[in-house]
Amino acid sequence: MTSSDIGDTNDTFRQESQELLEELERVLLDLEHRPTDGDLIDCAFRALHTLKGSGAMFGFDRLAAFTHHVETAFDRVRKGEIKATADLIELTLAAKDRMRLLIEAPDEVDEASGEQVLARLQDVVAGASTDAAPADVAPAEGRPATWRVCFRLPVGAMSSGSNPLLMIEELHDLGEATVVAQTDSIPPLDELDPGECYVGWDVQLRTTASRETIEQVFLFLLDDMELSIERLEAPADAGYAEGGPLEESDDVPVVAEAPSVQPPPAEAAALQDEPAQKSSAAPSPEQTPRAASAGAKSGGSVRVPAERLDEMMDRVGELVIAQSRLKQLTKASEESQIKSVVEEIERLAGELQDITMGVRMVAIGTLFGRFRRLVHDISNDLGKEIELVTEGEETELDKTMIERLADPLVHLIRNSSDHGLETPTGRAEAGKPAKGRITLTARHAGAEVLISVRDDGRGLDRERIQARAEDNGLIAPGAKPADQDLFKLIFEPGFSTAKEVTNLSGRGVGMDVVKRTIDELRGAIDVRSQTGEGSEVTLRLPLTLAIIDGLLVRVGRSRYVIPLSAVEECVELTPEADVRSTGRSFLNIRDELVPFIRLRELFRSQVGSDPFQKVVIVSAGGARVGLVVDQVLGDHQTVIKSLSKLHSDVKSFSGATILGDGTVALILDVPQLVEDGQAHDDRFKAAS
Amino acid sequence: MKTVLSVDDSASVRQMVQLTLQGAGYQVIQANDGADGLAKAKSTQVDMVVTDLNMPVMNGLSLIQALRKLPDYRGVPIIFLTTESDAGVKQQAKAAGATGWITKPFQKDQLVAVVKKVLGS
Repeated sequence: MTSSDIGDTNDTFRQESQELLEELERVLLDLEHRPTDGDLIDCAFRALHTLKGSGAMFGFDRLAAFTHHVETAFDRVRKGEIKATADLIELTLAAKDRMRLLIEAPDEVDEASGEQVLARLQDVVAGASTDAAPADVAPAEGRPATWRVCFRLPVGAMSSGSNPLLMIEELHDLGEATVVAQTDSIPPLDELDPGECYVGWDVQLRTTASRETIEQVFLFLLDDMELSIERLEAPADAGYAEGGPLEESDDVPVVAEAPSVQPPPAEAAALQDEPAQKSSAAPSPEQTPRAASAGAKSGGSVRVPAERLDEMMDRVGELVIAQSRLKQLTKASEESQIKSVVEEIERLAGELQDITMGVRMVAIGTLFGRFRRLVHDISNDLGKEIELVTEGEETELDKTMIERLADPLVHLIRNSSDHGLETPTGRAEAGKPAKGRITLTARHAGAEVLISVRDDGRGLDRERIQARAEDNGLIAPGAKPADQDLFKLIFEPGFSTAKEVTNLSGRGVGMDVVKRTIDELRGAIDVRSQTGEGSEVTLRLPLTLAIIDGLLVRVGRSRYVIPLSAVEECVELTPEADVRSTGRSFLNIRDELVPFIRLRELFRSQVGSDPFQKVVIVSAGGARVGLVVDQVLGDHQTVIKSLSKLHSDVKSFSGATILGDGTVALILDVPQLVEDGQAHDDRFKAAS
Repeated sequence: MKTVLSVDDSASVRQMVQLTLQGAGYQVIQANDGADGLAKAKSTQVDMVVTDLNMPVMNGLSLIQALRKLPDYRGVPIIFLTTESDAGVKQQAKAAGATGWITKPFQKDQLVAVVKKVLGS
């Protein structure tokens, strides 16, 4: 093994442990809410265990030694000896931070602080164990065992007031129960006595309760009923499925963890041909958040350096350009064989591009996961109770975009926590629950991804923002901008209305970072706020940075690309409409007046217009505008090249692309054009 | 709220049943013998009956037999609250259609537990 090999494996270890630590953090934060969740505890233990093991293997001895103590603590939690208290979780989070340091910069970590953490850990462990084993972690009757309980009520039991449903419910109360109904003794319908119970039950029960406790369920009936209670030999911590499968009768659903949906026996008989729609498929509410956090778990499989993906994307972009050049060159060719190869290449290039794009797409859950810790820390710092709710973790977004969104979102969340949410007393006065809520949402909307940070705090202070904006000269004194426009000013550099600077925000840096980053990502920011109700900042972002589907059009001799996502339809500009609309540029599209812009005039084209001009109807932000072009050439996969800094003040264009024949086509900035067109519309409305 | 009919010739037992079950969230109607119990059960459909065995006018066994003949009381839980612990008597009660029994003197917790068991919480 050469030294560079060792370097590589060390990198792998660092990467892996980074993921493990992230996982650990996620699990710990979950554990805070569900401290008795065995899966979570196992998960935390496993992460620690792996860290310790591979740490020692790769020469991170201090990490291994330190982790060992934390692992030991969690081993005890796992065994039910101690409880996963808030203190323990908090301390493990601190230990986790130290582990990261030990991996990243072991030389800068001093022993003393580690000793401190460990000493506190010992205290907490001692405290947690004297708290007496709580019933839900380490029950008094020992470790859970799996029992098989088969019972059948004596004849006439139902009419003397016994109710098997209650017994099944009681079994459920004792532990995890899987209930299978035995319906083989149900007589044909005409012989069936509706007051009689013909169903027997076979229950696998995982519980800490003793045999006597289980027998108590059938009190009063013990002497007469058929009842067998046997302990299955499966080890206590193996899944109870290993205890031998329950024999299901042919057509009655397994009713697990849902005793309430079990039809009463008499009905069960009548309903037995119904499909098993009420089975155990419905997840328990506890499981749902975990399923959602699966987004954060993805990753796995093959590790590829990020730059290599970017390079690949770049090459695919070039390939797409070369391919479209090839297509243009062979357009006139009569050679059908060449044409078929060209078509084949077009198809392959298209697929390759889709796949490459797909590879770059990452679920935003990975990013959202990081903020849970942030919110946890902020809420401690500020002494506010804050709950972070995330929605749409599975929403996929370009990898580069996700990385660049981290900073802006941190700023937005901090801002919401610090300025948006009131103090606990403030919230009590406003009649709100003590716990403030920040909701982080991601979702797709057309070709955009919307990411919003919403809080249920006091909302933005319109007056203060207005005053501040006037001071800064951002708006004219006394101006009355719309809320939407005024609120956006908080993203201007140097803008802060915070009365005092706190640790977290209020220095006036930060929010402008949000705007700058979002601008760079070709996104937009919307702010909404309701005094006393909270505020919401929505970031609108394109799905990917690199490639768009475009509509290639010609105006005069130049060609332009209109992002296809913005195009609604293409209509012909009839000579009559052309003549009629001089002076007032409106077009009647299905009884709706749509303002249009003659690109020929806008771009001052000297070449005479085509006899039959076309109007491309585009929309942005809910408004529509028609763009008059000479010719619609067709759709075009557009690899976006940004304009040079020299052209950064050029409006109407958002970028450029290279066409198949090597010439450059500019990409139209649709939102800007729509704004211009609507301004025209407003002027027209004002004049009329 | 579920209603329990307490049938007993001893006012103190009735009162204790009433207080205990009210504390557990049930509504309680009292009757001082089997005949009174039958009449009250007919006029108000109750969810459960807790009855003594030895009572004047009409004893518990007759009460159960009469109740089980009423279609409305076929599946309603009926619990005996009795000083008798003889297996033969229990067997008789069971044959008459009793759901279960509690032996006097009884613990309040025990009564609540049994009522919850047969009636559901």
